[in-house]
Amino acid sequence: MTDLPASPPGRKQLGLVIDLDICVGCHACATACKEWNSGGHMAPLTDFHPYGGDPQGVWFNRIHSFEEGDGEGARTVHFPRSCLHCAEPACVTVCPTGASYKRAEDGIVLVNEAICIGCKLCSWACPYGAREFDADVGVMKKCTLCIDRIYNDNLAVEERLPACVMVCPTHARHFGDLGDPNSAVSEMVARRGGLDLMPELGYRPVNKYLPPRLDRMAPAPGPAEPPAAPDPAEGNRLLRWIDRLLSR
Amino acid sequence: MTFGERWRDYWSPREVIDTSPKVSDEVKYTTCYMCACRCGIKVHLKNGGIRYIEGNPNHPVNRGVICGKGASGIMQQQSPAKLQKPLLRVGERGAGEFREIEWDEAIDTAIAWLSRIRDDDPRKLAFFTGRDQSQSLTGFWATQFGTPNFAAHGGFCSVNMAAAGMYTLGSSFWEFGEPDWERTRLFLMFGVAEDHDSNPIKTALSGLRSRGAKFVSINPVRTGYSAIADEWIGIRPGTDGLFVLSLIHELLRADKVDLDYLGHYTNAAWLVIQSPGAANDGLFLRGADGNPLVLDGNGALASALEPGAAARIVGEAMLEGGGRAVPVFQLIAERYLDPAYAPEAVAATCGVPAETIRRLAAEIAETAFAHEIEVPVPWVDWAGRRHETMRGRPVSVHAMRGISAHSNGFQTCRALHLLQILLGTIDVPGGWRYKSPHPKPCPPGPRPAGRADQVAAGRPLGGAPLGYPMGPEDLIVDADGNPQRIDKAFSWDAPLAAHGLMHLLIRNAWAADPYPIDTLFMYMANMAWNSAMNTAETIRMLTDKDPATGEYKIPRIIYSDAYYSEMVGYSDLILPDTTYLERWDCISLLDRPIGGVDGPADSIRQPVIAVDRDVRPFQDVLIDLAVRLRLPAFVTTDGSPRFPGGYKDYIALHERRPGVGPLAGWRGEAGADHGRGAPNPRQLQRYVENGCFWKYELPPEQRYYKHANKAYLEGAVSMGLIDNAEPIVLQLYVEPLQRFRLAAQGHGPVRPPPASAARIEAYFDPLPFWYEPFEGARIDPHEFPLHAITQRPMQMYHSWHSQNAWLRQILGRNRLFVGRAVGRRLGLQDDDWVWVSSHAGRIPAQVKLMDGVNPDTVWTWNAIGKRAGAWNLAADAPEFTKGFLLNHLITDLLPEGGPPAANADPVTGQAAWYDLRVRLEKAPDADAGAGKPHLPALRHPPSFAALPEVLRYGAPRR
Amino acid sequence: MHPTFSIVFFTTASGAGFALLLLIGVGVPLALLPDDAGFGAAALLVAAVLIAGGLVSSAFHLGRPERAWRAFSQWRSSWLSREGALSVLTFVPAVIFAFGWLAFGATGGFAGLCGFLAAAGAVASVYCTGMIYASLKPIRQWHNPWVVPNYFALGLMSGFLVLDLILRFWVVRPVGIGLLSLAAVLVAWWIKESYWRSIDAGTAASTVASATGLGRRGAVRMLERPHTEENYLLTEMGFRIARKHRRRLRNIARLAAFLVPVVAVLVALVWGGGAGRIAAAVAVLSAALGLVVERWLFFAEARHTVTLYYGADQV
Ligand SMILES: Nc1nc2c(c(=O)[nH]1)N[C@H]1C(S)=C(S)[C@@H](COP(=O)(O)OP(=O)(O)OC[C@H]3O[C@@H](n4cnc5c(=O)[nH]c(N)nc54)[C@H](O)[C@@H]3O)O[C@H]1N2
Ligand SMILES: Nc1nc2c(c(=O)[nH]1)N[C@H]1C(S)=C(S)[C@@H](COP(=O)(O)OP(=O)(O)OC[C@H]3O[C@@H](n4cnc5c(=O)[nH]c(N)nc54)[C@H](O)[C@@H]3O)O[C@H]1N2
Ligand code: SF4
Ligand code: SF4
Ligand code: SF4
Ligand code: SF4
Ligand code: SF4
Ligand SMILES: [Mo]
Repeated sequence: MTDLPASPPGRKQLGLVIDLDICVGCHACATACKEWNSGGHMAPLTDFHPYGGDPQGVWFNRIHSFEEGDGEGARTVHFPRSCLHCAEPACVTVCPTGASYKRAEDGIVLVNEAICIGCKLCSWACPYGAREFDADVGVMKKCTLCIDRIYNDNLAVEERLPACVMVCPTHARHFGDLGDPNSAVSEMVARRGGLDLMPELGYRPVNKYLPPRLDRMAPAPGPAEPPAAPDPAEGNRLLRWIDRLLSR
Repeated sequence: MTFGERWRDYWSPREVIDTSPKVSDEVKYTTCYMCACRCGIKVHLKNGGIRYIEGNPNHPVNRGVICGKGASGIMQQQSPAKLQKPLLRVGERGAGEFREIEWDEAIDTAIAWLSRIRDDDPRKLAFFTGRDQSQSLTGFWATQFGTPNFAAHGGFCSVNMAAAGMYTLGSSFWEFGEPDWERTRLFLMFGVAEDHDSNPIKTALSGLRSRGAKFVSINPVRTGYSAIADEWIGIRPGTDGLFVLSLIHELLRADKVDLDYLGHYTNAAWLVIQSPGAANDGLFLRGADGNPLVLDGNGALASALEPGAAARIVGEAMLEGGGRAVPVFQLIAERYLDPAYAPEAVAATCGVPAETIRRLAAEIAETAFAHEIEVPVPWVDWAGRRHETMRGRPVSVHAMRGISAHSNGFQTCRALHLLQILLGTIDVPGGWRYKSPHPKPCPPGPRPAGRADQVAAGRPLGGAPLGYPMGPEDLIVDADGNPQRIDKAFSWDAPLAAHGLMHLLIRNAWAADPYPIDTLFMYMANMAWNSAMNTAETIRMLTDKDPATGEYKIPRIIYSDAYYSEMVGYSDLILPDTTYLERWDCISLLDRPIGGVDGPADSIRQPVIAVDRDVRPFQDVLIDLAVRLRLPAFVTTDGSPRFPGGYKDYIALHERRPGVGPLAGWRGEAGADHGRGAPNPRQLQRYVENGCFWKYELPPEQRYYKHANKAYLEGAVSMGLIDNAEPIVLQLYVEPLQRFRLAAQGHGPVRPPPASAARIEAYFDPLPFWYEPFEGARIDPHEFPLHAITQRPMQMYHSWHSQNAWLRQILGRNRLFVGRAVGRRLGLQDDDWVWVSSHAGRIPAQVKLMDGVNPDTVWTWNAIGKRAGAWNLAADAPEFTKGFLLNHLITDLLPEGGPPAANADPVTGQAAWYDLRVRLEKAPDADAGAGKPHLPALRHPPSFAALPEVLRYGAPRR
Repeated sequence: MHPTFSIVFFTTASGAGFALLLLIGVGVPLALLPDDAGFGAAALLVAAVLIAGGLVSSAFHLGRPERAWRAFSQWRSSWLSREGALSVLTFVPAVIFAFGWLAFGATGGFAGLCGFLAAAGAVASVYCTGMIYASLKPIRQWHNPWVVPNYFALGLMSGFLVLDLILRFWVVRPVGIGLLSLAAVLVAWWIKESYWRSIDAGTAASTVASATGLGRRGAVRMLERPHTEENYLLTEMGFRIARKHRRRLRNIARLAAFLVPVVAVLVALVWGGGAGRIAAAVAVLSAALGLVVERWLFFAEARHTVTLYYGADQV
């Protein structure tokens, strides 16, 4: 339903926390997402001209890369992008059919494929490009936060995580309840200064991004220079080693 | 629904979601092979197809994670380029015209070609394999066949790392060792983009960052791993050796070396004879028993291998009959304290400011010596001395092809090992650790076989074709010093070519140099494309005919591939393989196992889905051929197959040495033995039950100092990993190199031909040194001012993955990444086309400007450009129309301007891919993509189905 | 934003149709327009064709047009739903009004009330159309105070021009409508220029830095896209128009949508009769062309924030 559920503080808001400090841009989360969801709740994630001139398809998670800064302190940053399950998602309110909705119980934003008319308005309303249209079936698709994994009784408890979180080799992706200020993910966000993307638009994303650590670029403390040998003459330098006995 | 419900549903629709769908009908464990990292995977099967592939959380390699490729295994299985049936070429080579044949005909044809060769001269078969993981079988097969002409792809991959490591440490970078990820505090990574240990490295790097350890990446390009480094040093390609020796200079100057470690575990104190011109100059001074000698505390000579000698690391021993000998360390100090290695002296060449080098040296010294680690585990060293703790210095290094793919890679890699050893960081807590089955003696065991006296018609070769020469007498050359292998490995051109020289195979076979061959038999190597140096030239040689006979110069090519690669198009008989999900395989301790720092491990693949085409596992075919050729190890005395079940039986039943077979787990009749033990017919079953891997954990006292750890060494002998428990002394000074040098100076019975002598003398320095890479030294730097290198994309494996519907969406074409300053100078903008020229030719490329790249360097993603028609892609695929292959510009021979020589490292023969120098010119026409080297599109085998326009994978399985 | 023809046609046609309905619905009951049944039939038919044609055309844009009936349900939050619902609802009074007028000649009373109601529905519908765009925060060029006035003014202008043309078959020289048309075109022109000036001057709050949360180390530049070929996001929202084409198309729009109609309307005011009809027809055709160009530009010039992830540093 188009109406947004009330989100009083403390209300469960499931989402992801993505650590830009350690993401190496391997695309594992992108293909694992594609793989799980190809047979999952929004299946299939159709591909067009898969072996042709303009291969393209529906993906819920895509990995960009950016360069930040110039010179010494500059960095390359890999940037995964998927639905942020916003608290104020205009993608939901613009939807004329009620196909787009935000679940009251956990905040997940979903599309009901059975009633979507494929007007694409929600994709225009999403600032983050998180919605992809499946032209084959004429409906909008998007990240489900792996709703068919996270509550799945057929999976072991430790596997009830989004596919992209399970797979990430650097553990740069975390899943949890961001509505609960005491959850592990909320604490991580607080500790690391987790950010909202485009906060100026007021969508209040649930997913947070942990920015690359700044403090980490500084050289480890150490002498500015190795203590130089008092006498630069080479012969003397060798002499310094002569009486060191090393018993094998 | 009632009308009321419908009404409500219209205004307030509610979706009912099945949050607990059944995930799969069945889960099978196996080992991934979307690359060579060998991760354990769980394949979920549903309704007869693959639902999902995920990591095996218990697997020692990946611990549950997989990478972008591994998670796209489904699409590899869907690939329309999968070969369907054996093929026999009918058109010209390279046209892609084939007749589909039955297996009987394929096998009969191969046998007809092979048996004639074996009965005549087995050397006329050249059997070379690529990125397979069954070299313990293929090498054994070649030996049994009797040909010395066998190698795998290591010669063009990273033999510089392998050889430098094996001669120095008894192990190597590559995947045979790794930093002590849990304990290291400062990690230096040289020239690594992705590497074979894809997932373990990623996991470990993020661990370092979370733990607060410092990670420095030395790499001309700041992407991937380098992106998350604390510090990125954008070095100029090919200059790492100089950079590292400058670090060593600084450490020596500041007296920051671990003398204790040097004394105990290395040859630092061994005396080296200094009598220029003499036949023993530069060799170790040895006692009557042949053991090297040291100066003891009183200045007297003592055996280096006698425990307790208080050896000096500087000093001088005067020799009877004149001459003197000095400890290795003294030679090191003398050489690297030279101001030529001062940071100021190297800064301009390396493109790294002197302050940076000095600061890094200071950080290394500080971390190593002010943050010493002690692990409270007592252990006993080889001499029987008990140590109450395991002491370590938390500085670690890893390096790969950014070091090895240069013509100075061997010596550069040696310089890195020198740095590690001087700091006392080999196999210590916080340092760099051996991965089982290493360490091995340095260099390990057998010498290569293949000299004339080891080859005979109808008989196996007198030893394994690959090995580690100790001196000139181990070379595979004839009395005149001419090469005896088709790739000229172990000749004076490449004496320590421990992995062969696959990159020279096609040229030599074409030129019948040193002799003509009859059949080229290849497996899993795309030699007509991305593993060719100078692709167009390679294709010309593959298709060249002898004008007199009208026959191809390389008369017959048999090839096994699983997909329609470029190389298939140039082959005469194609033996189609299965995919990795359809066969048995073993990742064996005899080859490249998955052993870790805490103990040995190996693994298998099992078929998880049925084969739906007329293809056969190549290893089964190889064993079938062996039986028909009656290769002794593959038949019983009455000539019947020794492994009637094919490869599966071979894995479980073959014994290389008594009690040692392809797999180390669950040996013995009862499956109770590990390492050594009688073959166990139920072994594979036990692997399957354990998730397809076996792993043995060393007790804590064996986990460090393995090269000198009594308990470890003895345990390794009983496991069959090494032959005896002698300590493995780290070789700062590599004496075998000096033996070659002496030969070049005219000593000894086996000497290089005059044309090679100067080269051998120059490059076989037993202590590492730096020289300008060959191509750069020969071209005019004003004409070709830029270095051009490639990087592996994390989500693509060489040429395999352009057939993968998902992965090719991510990277369907490659651009040339150019530094912004160069771009500005040439007036380039993103997506402009440029001509990239090397001394060999030019190709068009589309540009992307960036900042994080060494200013003198351009780079691109490797192996994205494809030959039109290959991989069963449509004619307008961006891989052909927009992508490009840098290999068109890289040559197998050096440019003119010196004696003809391979574009390779002079010690190991390693292909020098990254020595390439280029020039860029803006291409005037907006879309210069059409100006590519013209190769007509390959045609397809008849049985390929039409390409789908839409892929709805997963839809029917819901 | 990718200019889809069905949407360009839909908004221009329905804008004109609703404006025409507005003018008739108000003008006829108030006897400002002739109550001739022939005129009524013609004008109502044209309005109906424009509105319905637009709506049908917009359905072509849907991935699942057979489910279009679902689009009316979420009027509580969705401007698209409101627009759909209102444009259909508007047909109810409009049909009664038409029936009363054409069948019974009644233009006052209940029929007249229905005329007013239809006019109100038309206004509301056009407002909703404008709001669909104006409410989209990710697109600066749409989330702009001139957008709704723009939809009104351009709709009204095209409604006047069409009405003027139709009227000329019943009235030789409809000076009042002619003058109002002239005024409508001039006002629309002014609003359009103001819109253009506004989007040219403004900068968005969103940048590549705010889109990625980066920037503490300095400027942020895209290095690699997640995919080397196109995808839905890029074809739908990554559409870009070159600056020189934009300038040229704006001039074409100025000429065809405003300048030519102004001249043609003046000519028609002076001459009337056959020449007047021809001039009015020229005004309508030229404005139609110009408005299609203008509407195409309305999409083509709009930059979505998703492009910040694909190389744009501002939108
Ligand atoms: N995803 C993926 N994984 C793979 C492969 C693959 O194709 N795809 N291939 C596998 C194979 S066969 C191999 S051999 C390994 C190779 O693994 P890597 O060694 O990681 O492979 P390369 O991409 O060659 O990386 C070389 C790196 O060295 C840098 N470099 C180049 N020249 C220099 C130099 O002079 N100095 C320094 N310091 N750096 C330099 C390059 O910028 C690049 O980052 O990867 C294996 N793993
Ligand atoms: N410019 C440049 N060139 C390079 C490099 C570089 O860094 N830069 N790197 C070099 C290095 S290190 C390497 S290792 C080489 C790699 O180069 P190649 O070994 O030529 O590369 P691959 O693409 O791995 O090709 C292996 C072939 O194996 C086939 N294959 C895949 N799976 C199977 C299977 O299950 N069975 C069989 N029978 N065949 C299979 C594939 O279809 C493919 O044709 O490239 C080298 N070339
Ligand atoms: S990211 Fe986009 S699609 Fe996801 S909830 Fe927010 S606005 Fe909606
Ligand atoms: S495309 Fe579907 S989900 Fe999106 S707004 Fe339209 S009807 Fe709603
Ligand atoms: S949560 Fe699930 S659907 Fe969403 S991006 Fe991750 S894997 Fe894809
Ligand atoms: S899997 Fe992890 S490291 Fe790889 S791209 Fe995704 S978030 Fe980054
Ligand atoms: S790194 Fe990736 S492709 Fe390679 S074996 Fe592991 S999961 Fe498979
Ligand atoms: Mo390699």
